[in-house]
Amino acid sequence: MSDLATMQAIAQLVPPGSRVLDLGCGDGALLAHLQATRNCTGYGIEIDDANVLACVQRGVNVIQLNLDEGLALFDDASFDVVLQIDTLQHLRNAEIMLRETARVGRLGIVAFPNFAHWPNRLSILLGRMPVTRRLPYQWYDTPNIRVGTHADLRELALHNGLKVQDSFGMQEGRTVRFAPNLLAGTSVFLFSR
Amino acid sequence: MTMIVQPQSMHFAEPLLLQSGKSIRAYDLTYETYGTLNADKSNAVLVCHALNASHHVAGVYAHADEKIQEKSAGWWDNMIGPGKPVDTNHFFVIGVNNLGSCFGSTGPMHVNPDTQQVYGADFPVVTVEDWVNAQALLIDKLGISTLAAVMGGSLGGMQALSWTLQYPNRLRHAVVVASAPNLTAENIAFNEVARRAIVTDPDFYEGHFYQHGVIPKRGLRIARMIGHITYLSDDVMNAKFGRQLKQSLGLDSTKNDVNANADAYSYTTQEVEFQIESYLRHQGDKFAEYFDANTYLLITRALDYFDPARKCGGDLTQALAIAKAKFLLVSFTTDWRFSPSRSREIVKALLDNNCDVSYAEIDAPHGHDAFLLDDLRYTSLVSSYFDSILRETTMGTTA
Repeated sequence: MSDLATMQAIAQLVPPGSRVLDLGCGDGALLAHLQATRNCTGYGIEIDDANVLACVQRGVNVIQLNLDEGLALFDDASFDVVLQIDTLQHLRNAEIMLRETARVGRLGIVAFPNFAHWPNRLSILLGRMPVTRRLPYQWYDTPNIRVGTHADLRELALHNGLKVQDSFGMQEGRTVRFAPNLLAGTSVFLFSR
Repeated sequence: MTMIVQPQSMHFAEPLLLQSGKSIRAYDLTYETYGTLNADKSNAVLVCHALNASHHVAGVYAHADEKIQEKSAGWWDNMIGPGKPVDTNHFFVIGVNNLGSCFGSTGPMHVNPDTQQVYGADFPVVTVEDWVNAQALLIDKLGISTLAAVMGGSLGGMQALSWTLQYPNRLRHAVVVASAPNLTAENIAFNEVARRAIVTDPDFYEGHFYQHGVIPKRGLRIARMIGHITYLSDDVMNAKFGRQLKQSLGLDSTKNDVNANADAYSYTTQEVEFQIESYLRHQGDKFAEYFDANTYLLITRALDYFDPARKCGGDLTQALAIAKAKFLLVSFTTDWRFSPSRSREIVKALLDNNCDVSYAEIDAPHGHDAFLLDDLRYTSLVSSYFDSILRETTMGTTA
């Protein structure tokens, strides 16, 4: 999710001055933005060498770690906000990481591509896996090891006893409150333990 | 570009009180500097050395006729110098030989002013904390109040970490590479084997071998051999030497390899048979020529004793609460002497204290030695980190 509008919309969800942990922080753009515009502090977690380097170049704190090994480095409720932006679909232990996000952060924010967005549904109806701006990969070369929907994530959050503070869709950086499972390319959940 | 450098020496007339309660009455520190200290003295970087290195961090030495001395490059010359990751066009870099070492600073082969005898085994036990105190006094004399960074690998990383605890206000960044918050039992065990090799050498004379005109070279060789094994990884040793035989080298390459090896066995128990043996013996021989036996004992003991969490009941988080510096930590996946999990312990303690820290785990095959080698991921990271320090420094200057 590299577009500026979406990044800014996500940043709006983070209370100013928060101590933030960004799981799968990529090149550190969101953290840098949060530091510059919302007076936040914190760390990114990345597995990829090039992204770790990019974070250091930006002056963003980054810890190189494989999220599939868990968050043992971090104590309970040690962060105001834990972000999982476009990370869930790459994780083998997605359910555990959802719980870990809620354990480490007082507020967890998860955003991921909503597979039930109508263009995806249409594509499946026509018998083909969707290739869209939000999900730009062919089925055979996608880095996403799983797909899920806005409704699925709610189900998983409730199943794990997490309190959903808010949930909505996001499309072109705009919040989608009406039928997000159908009308939004990105699903966003704010939750706590 | 070749940087020609010269060692310097600073005398300290005031006694240095050591952690053990003893003191060194008067002493000299040998050091080198590279680059230029800026007007507000904000660009100084101290580089701390590990077991067998010295103040000669970077650059080369020249003969009197200005010809460059062969093989005289500093031990971290790939990392530090003009245009290198720690760029001496921008930073003023200081390398100091630690007390008790054998490359110029006061050590066991020098004369004890109290007795007029060579110290030998009577040189007092020095710790990482003692070294850092001595380094701080040198920095004072150079007129520097705050270092832009303190950097080191392995035992050098321990000194960088200790700086953040002993002088939290005197450095802005700590770069801690392939290090640990203390040694594990296994690590102390390796050191002890090395020390026993030296101490039980008949030429050691309880540390007073200088008077006897001998050097416990056998002990030093074995100490170096065991150390060297632990600095490499199994994979890299296999890739480099495998089961290659010493004598099979240079044999007719048209010969079938398997047969060549079988033919070349010399069925000896004491002669060199495998290439790895030859390599280790060579490393041991080289080392025994230049390294002091008492220094080896002192420096491995400093490694063993380092444990900043000890005075906090083993709680590293509590011990690091005083640190104010920003940190870069780097470890290497195949380093089993100072494994990534040990670096992660430091990272966790820093995270608990809300310190600024970045941590990279470089997937390099070379074991502990990787911290001295070129790996683009590693050098780019250090380079970028020092760029960010430079941005801060220049911002500070213009503000």
